[in-house]
Amino acid sequence: MIVNGKEIVLQKESSIMEFLEKEGYDPTKVAVEKNGIIVPKIKFETETLSDIDKMEIVCFVGGG
Amino acid sequence: MPNREEYESMMAARHTPAVHNKLKEGKVAVAGLGGLGSNISVMLAQAGVGKLLLVDFDVVELSNLNRQHYDLTHLGMLKTDALKKQIEKINPFIETETGTLKVTEENVMTVFNGYPIVCEAFDNPQYKAMLVNALLAQGGQTIVAASGMAGFDSANTIKTRQRFKNLYVCGDFKTPVQEGSGLMAPRVAVCAAHQANMVLRLLLNIEKA
Repeated sequence: MIVNGKEIVLQKESSIMEFLEKEGYDPTKVAVEKNGIIVPKIKFETETLSDIDKMEIVCFVGGG
Repeated sequence: MPNREEYESMMAARHTPAVHNKLKEGKVAVAGLGGLGSNISVMLAQAGVGKLLLVDFDVVELSNLNRQHYDLTHLGMLKTDALKKQIEKINPFIETETGTLKVTEENVMTVFNGYPIVCEAFDNPQYKAMLVNALLAQGGQTIVAASGMAGFDSANTIKTRQRFKNLYVCGDFKTPVQEGSGLMAPRVAVCAAHQANMVLRLLLNIEKA
């Protein structure tokens, strides 16, 4: 699987939510694209990832 | 006071007529009028972007003056009104709409309707993500967002990146506001300038970050 341009090995199929939590992302502070399509937050629990997927995760930090 | 014609011909002479006309047709919304949004709005007005929507629910406070484009005479005023007044003094010949309201998932669709480009200039990371997700889900708009401009790291660490087809993010992407790493005028303005510059590029049909 490719995440933010880097190849990683997905140990087992997991939901986007499980993946974000495992990788240390706060799911309330991100925008996620899977294979070029935006994934709405309500689908984080149900949308699954497999090793052929390409993901982009944009994480926001505070300040403005 | 210069009249519209004098102002327009100065802008066309400085920017070239082709660039001036494209920017004049631009419609850009700015969500959040703090350090980023107030500076972005002023720069877009200076560039002659024809129509701006300024969105914020808050009033100007003393603690804003270290980095936001307001002064002592604006204390207690709505940020939307304070910024509109300043913009009218810079370029009275552009149209400035204001939205004095709190942006929510529910009102995103109506608030930013009619603005093909939206600058995300909120402070809170959850609100940043909420706005970006809601606009992207709706589709059809390009977002120029910001993440990471606190602290004293080099100004050279602040970049513009295209992350999704319709999402550009400016910042160092990592430095949050925290104790000992606050928001300082220069880095906030550098980030705001990255956002404003990306907006101008998009209005000139340049998509590269």
